Parts: sequence; C-alpha cells; structure tokens
Amino acid sequence: MIEFLIVFFLQTLRIAVPYLLASLGATYSERSGVINLALEGLILFGAFGAVIGQYETGSAVVGVLCALSLGIIVAALHGYITITLKANQIVSGIAINILAIGMTKFFLKAIFGSASNSERIEGIDVPVVLLDPIFLFALVAFPLSHLIIYKTPFGLRLRATGDNAEAADSLGVNVNVIRFLGVLISGALAALAGAFLAFQQHSFTADMSAGRGYIALAAMIIGKWTPFGAAGASLLFAATEAVQLNLQSGAIPTQLVQALPYIVTLLALVGFIGKSTPPRDLGRPFEK
Amino acid sequence: MDKNQTRMNTSKYLEASRPILAVLAAFLLGGVLIIAIGKNPVEIYGKMFSMTLGTGYGVGQVLFRATPLVLTGLAVALPFKAGLFNIGGEGQAAIGTIVCAAIGAALSPSLSPMLAIPIGLIAAMLGGASWASIIALLKTRFGVSEVITSIMLNFTAYALVGYLITYQFGIEGTMRTVEISHGAFMPRLDALTGLFPRSPVNLSLFLALALATAVYAVVYKTKYGYELRAVGLNLEAARYAGINTNFHVMTSLIAAGALAGLVGANYVMGYKHYYEAGGVNGVGFLGIAVAMLVNSHPLWILASALLFGLLDYGGLTINADVSKEIFLVVQAAVILFVIASQKAFKQME
Repeated sequence: MIEFLIVFFLQTLRIAVPYLLASLGATYSERSGVINLALEGLILFGAFGAVIGQYETGSAVVGVLCALSLGIIVAALHGYITITLKANQIVSGIAINILAIGMTKFFLKAIFGSASNSERIEGIDVPVVLLDPIFLFALVAFPLSHLIIYKTPFGLRLRATGDNAEAADSLGVNVNVIRFLGVLISGALAALAGAFLAFQQHSFTADMSAGRGYIALAAMIIGKWTPFGAAGASLLFAATEAVQLNLQSGAIPTQLVQALPYIVTLLALVGFIGKSTPPRDLGRPFEK
Repeated sequence: MDKNQTRMNTSKYLEASRPILAVLAAFLLGGVLIIAIGKNPVEIYGKMFSMTLGTGYGVGQVLFRATPLVLTGLAVALPFKAGLFNIGGEGQAAIGTIVCAAIGAALSPSLSPMLAIPIGLIAAMLGGASWASIIALLKTRFGVSEVITSIMLNFTAYALVGYLITYQFGIEGTMRTVEISHGAFMPRLDALTGLFPRSPVNLSLFLALALATAVYAVVYKTKYGYELRAVGLNLEAARYAGINTNFHVMTSLIAAGALAGLVGANYVMGYKHYYEAGGVNGVGFLGIAVAMLVNSHPLWILASALLFGLLDYGGLTINADVSKEIFLVVQAAVILFVIASQKAFKQME
C-alpha cells in the first residue's frame, strides 16, 4: 500500500510539472493584464527547442536554454502584437498556437525526416522526478513567485497594471514595460514546461502539448490568479489523471477525467466553488 | 480634389488592401521558410496552385474545405457584431456533428431525402445551438466571459464526443459512428452536375452561401441587426436606449452555435456519412481566422474561407516535397499580420 502511494505520489508530481510551470507563468501574464492563450503554443515551442538543443549538442542545459530562448522570443511576439500594437490578445494567442503546430511540424520533417516524431534524446538522467532540476525549480518557483507578486515593488506594479492601468500609470508605473515582463516570464515558464515534457518522453512528437496549455489556463483561473492557487489546482488535476491511470481500464471513462478540469473551471467561474474573478483590466490594452 | 480628400481616399484604399497585403506577407514568410530548408518556393507554390486551382478535382476540394470555414467564420462574425467573441466554434461544430450523425443513423433507411435531409440539418443546428446556449446562459445569467467558457466547453465537447463515440454511437473497436440513413446523404456536386469530379464538395456549399447572405441581410438590413450592432458598439448605451441586450447576446450566440453545428452537415451528410473522432477538429479555430481577416463582414467571409480552404487543401498537394504544415504557418501568419497591421497602418496615416 505504501509502495503504491509512493508510486502514485511521484506519478502525480510528474504529470503536474508542466501544469505547474505553465499556470504559474500565466499568472504573471494575466496579473499584468495580458491574456495569454498562447500557452499551448509556447509549451510546444519549448519542447521543440529542448529537443533540438539537446539533439544537436548532447547537452540538456543547451536544450533548456534553447527552449527558454524560443519561449521568450515567441512571447515577445505576443507582447509586441498585443501590448505595443494593442491588437486583440485572444486572436494573437490563438494564431500563435496555430503557428506553433505548423512551425514545429514543418521543421520536424525538415530536420528528422518524419512528420510525427524526432529521434531519441537523452533527456535529464535522474532516478526519480524528485531529483529532476526542472521539478526542483518549479518547487522553488511557487513560494518565490508568491513573494515576488505580493511582497516586492515589481509585484505591486504587476498587480496594479492588471487591476487599474490608468491609476498605475498616473503613479509613474510604465504599464507597457511591466506587461511585457509579465508576458515574457509567462513565455519562459511555459517553454520550460515544454522542455520537461520533451525530456520525460525523450523525444519530440507532433502536437505533444496535447491541450496542457489550456489545462494550465484552467488551473490559473481556479487558483484565482494566485501562485499557490494555481499550484493547488495543477496538483488536483494531475492527481485525477494519476487516479485514472491506476484504475482498471474502463472503471471511469477516460473522457470524464479529460473533461474534469474544464467542468470544474466552469463551476468555479459561475461561483459554485468560490467565485473566480479576473484582474479588472485583463484583456484591455492600455491607451495613454 | 483637395489635399485632404486625396489623403482620405488613400487611407481608405490602404485599409481595404490590408488583408491582401497580409496574405502576400504571409506567403513571403512561407517562402523564406521553404528557402531555409533548401527548397525552391516558386516550385512549391507553383505546384500548390496548379494542383488546387488547376484541376476540377482540386477546385472541388478547395470548395469542400471552404464550406465549414464559411459556417464557423459566420459563427464568429455574428456575435462579434454584438461585441461578443465566440471562440467556441470547435465545440459547437463537434456537438452538431455528433448529433447529426446520431440522428442520421437513427432514421429509417427508406425515409425520403425530402424529409431526411432537413431532419439531419435541424439535428446539426440543434446540437450546435444547444452547446452555444450554455455560453449564452453563463454570460447573461452569471456574467462570465464568453471567451473563457468557450474554451472550456470546446475541450468538454471533445471529451463528450469521444465518450459518445466510444460508448454510445460508435462501432466497437473503431472510433467512428455507424453510417447514416441513405436518405440523409447530401448530394455531391459531381453527381448532380459532373463538375469537380470525385471531389467531396456537396450541396452544403450552397447552404453556406445562402447563410452568409442571410447573416449579412440580418446584420445590415433589419432592425434586429441594427440593435445588435448597437449592443456591440456600446452595451450600456444600447441598454439605456431600451434595447433588451440580453436578448441579443442570447440569440446571436445561439444562432452562431447553429451555424457552427451545420459543419456536421457538410462532413457527415455530404462527405463521410459517419463521424470519425477528430473529423471536424480545427475548423472552429480556423473560423476565427477566417472572420478576423475580413473584419467579420459576412459576405467577405466567403472570400476569406476560400483562401483558407485553398491553404488547407494546398498543403496536401505538396506534402511529398515539404511538410504540408507550411500552409498552417501561412494561415497563422495571415492572422498575425492582419491584426498587427491595424495599428501600424493607423500610425502611417
């Protein structure tokens, strides 16, 4: 029994890491006032970067750096379009997700000659997920982000630009710079989530983000746009998936488990399980 | 003509040419990517255009793929006029399709097409509309953003459809439903006219054309449409002017769901005659692109859907040379260029 619980616990953590990182990133972006629907694409770009980086050099560190660079570049694109050019944040996010699927498949075929998967990479060789550096980073990132968002001047500005951009601006906060930082942090963390996924399965496969970006978004909403809330929701979703993996097939329909995060989110938004309210200026470009 | 007049005209032309410039820029970007992997873009694009627009079969395929995009494009455009962003076309199309397939299969094989086809169409519309009504209800009753609920319901719909195919309407061991009644088959244009031989383009195309015209007429030529646009311009002002804004929010979203649901008619009744899991995935998201390219104008959506249909099928014609996803990149780039150029063009004026 104890052995089973340990296995279950580790399984939950492994499933949770991408949700944890991406939902934490989304929290930064949305607290600053920018909707980030591009999470799904950012995860995909991150996974692709990690695989290419490690495949070309043999180094996992280079893989992570490639993932982070791609994530930040693509997030900067989202930031440029939505913050600088003030275009629709939702459309930009969706277009970037389509771009990510297209770009990764295009270069997958060009580099590996296959439309479905890359060659095998080493990943990060650790015996359990508890020792995985990306997991350890996620573990530290949550309390750290809580401190950053609630106890530092930067965090105060971040929350202020999301809740009331005009007021923040009148107090001398550069709204657009703060929002850019929020989006870039989000891009880096989502890309890291992608790197973790790719290292875990030792390859890149087409569409491997498989909706995780949207689940992370759901986790952020249920977590009421707070780091610890997002962490709790991510772990809950991951635990549900782990339960399903351990049950005999057919005991619970897979589809029910797949739909659960979304149904729970709908209930949270309606207010059945504690009302989730977004930052006031979320989604509104700042016009001076 | 004085100077100001000339400037106004120039900026009007510039604004009207924005989507075209965006498309050209996207093709250019695609060309750069093709060069980057050591292939010749002129050759690739040439092959794509000749194999799509150069043959009856190719044109038929493009029209067939444009059909659902007209429907999901309209499903975005109509509520957009009321200031609502329906990104739930994915889910509405999936539910419409499964309901269409399930009802179509339950019909008696001897039922006349005069009855079976309308029943199939209504089933598809009801499926999509009922799914959209959840968004509408949460918006009007609880004030929840339709964007977030749309996303959540898209994925819930994928799961629900997967469940229904696995446990209810599917053939065991496959991920598809049983075949619908012959009476509900939507006639294909090649059978009717001999045009577009062997391509799956069917009468749903004309349905989509008629609906685009109808949405245009409703939005721009009726009192309802006038009020709808007033709601979109300023909800508070519309409410003070005595417009029942909740009614417009509800009806435009539910009508959008019905439009997206009709994707099932093209796919199930006109093409496969059953629903295979994942068969209509992606059309809802592309519908957003289709609508955004032409600023949600119901008639221009026809042109936009043709372009996206061309890119969609075009990928398959060159898949042996470069990955077909090059045109997915072009599709995404079209949208990014179009929304990015809004501001850039304003600054130029």
